[in-house]
Amino acid sequence: MDMSQTKTVVVDTVPESAVSTRNISKNYGEVEALRDLSLEFPRGQLISLLGPSGCGKTTLLKIIAGLLEPTSGEVEVNGKTVTGPGPDRAFVFQDFALLPWASVIRNVSFGLEMRGVAKSEREDIAARYIKEVGLGGFENAYPHELSGGMRQRVGLARALSVDAEVLLMDEPFSAVDEQTRRKFQEDLLGLVQNENKTFIFVTHSIEEAVYVSDQIAILLPRPSRVHEIIRPSGFREKGADNIRRDPEYLDIVDQIWASLRTYVE
Amino acid sequence: MTLFGYRLPGMSSLIIWGLLWEIVGQAGLTFFIPPLSEVVGTLIEVIQTAAFQKALYETAYAFIAGVFFAIVIGIPTGILMGKNRLLDELLLPWVNVFLSAPLTALVPVLMVLFGFGMKAIIITTTLFAIWIIILNSRAGVKQINRSLVEMAHSFGASPVDAFFKIYFWAALPEILGGVRIGIIRAVKGVIIGQLLISIVGFGALFELYSANFLMGHFWAVLIVLFALAFTISEFLAYLERRVSYYAAKR
Repeated sequence: MDMSQTKTVVVDTVPESAVSTRNISKNYGEVEALRDLSLEFPRGQLISLLGPSGCGKTTLLKIIAGLLEPTSGEVEVNGKTVTGPGPDRAFVFQDFALLPWASVIRNVSFGLEMRGVAKSEREDIAARYIKEVGLGGFENAYPHELSGGMRQRVGLARALSVDAEVLLMDEPFSAVDEQTRRKFQEDLLGLVQNENKTFIFVTHSIEEAVYVSDQIAILLPRPSRVHEIIRPSGFREKGADNIRRDPEYLDIVDQIWASLRTYVE
Repeated sequence: MTLFGYRLPGMSSLIIWGLLWEIVGQAGLTFFIPPLSEVVGTLIEVIQTAAFQKALYETAYAFIAGVFFAIVIGIPTGILMGKNRLLDELLLPWVNVFLSAPLTALVPVLMVLFGFGMKAIIITTTLFAIWIIILNSRAGVKQINRSLVEMAHSFGASPVDAFFKIYFWAALPEILGGVRIGIIRAVKGVIIGQLLISIVGFGALFELYSANFLMGHFWAVLIVLFALAFTISEFLAYLERRVSYYAAKR
């Protein structure tokens, strides 16, 4: 699928893109964080936003989430213009954003609680997702009793439990250790395959982006723009264990580094 | 602390000060300090009198009402100030002025405005306690982790939900600290109110005993008052420790 194709699809009544951003600009006073940025996010795929710090990738993600308002341009989710946060999107935070005074199960069911789901029902759903992310038995633990990796699993379970079509992940694995991160990345591949959801994934790690993504949008700063969209094709079916030594994987990592290196101080 | 290998229980130092008090009292250095044993005897006697029980009731009533208003007005005001820039700009200078102002000097004004009764005493108590509660609640909200607020927003929390389920809990350690200090100040407020506005409650007893040089009675009532204030303060400190596990990680 190339860009011209996606553009024609947008006109249809049922868009193929789960999310599309149109000519998004965001200014903070004099500072231009994003300029005229348009991107399509195909349904059911994982799309990474990758770029050096200051390229506006988190800003873009928060605009899609409805947490920030663009200065101009618009975001559409399933063909509907975004005016704020909505039940069609769920956010996974870099620093986990757990309620430290609440147990794991209350944290996971928080999104459902805000939607007015009855207590017994939301705890049933939460318990299921707690098991799914591998935290069974920790339902009544408190965040300070968990490791960083486990805390992010709670954040992930919370985002999954509201069953949103689009999952927005803001550098979700950057605050956990290397080994946990690898496990997370493998689990994420399974999640993309099993859950029929669209993932938008912000990261600053080239390897991580190439490893987990169906598409990688490379953003460059000053002014922020989409430099290139890369679609790895060959190694996705070879299984989680073989990706990291696949020649295409290694080539793409090198290619991205070549285009980013001049922007890294 | 340990002494000669024995672990001393908390507040063992009070025994030394109690002994010193007894010695000074027995030596008869000044009528102002009767021996501690005499004070304790008086205390047991005084507690059983109707006058004391009436004073305790009057003081407790004014104190509890004053603290109640300080808390139910102070905490929401402080949280809203922390959330809302405009409200903060408007109110913060006044909160700071009243926090450091000599409130005792305001009591005559309160008497003119609210009369010489219980109402003026309650308002005095509230005025002593409320400012630090507002300021601490505000500080608690100010340090809240931005991503918790974003999280609540992104999962569709209404402003009311955010207030009760995020802001209040996130600020709770600071709020409890503020309430604890506020209550200590309220003890001051209620006694000053009772001395200056209308001579009732413990204020009346202090007035009566000191005017008649009944120092044993005077100290006995003072000890009761200290003990009450200390107990309440320790209870709140205990509540604060209950939430301290997350105070460092918000």
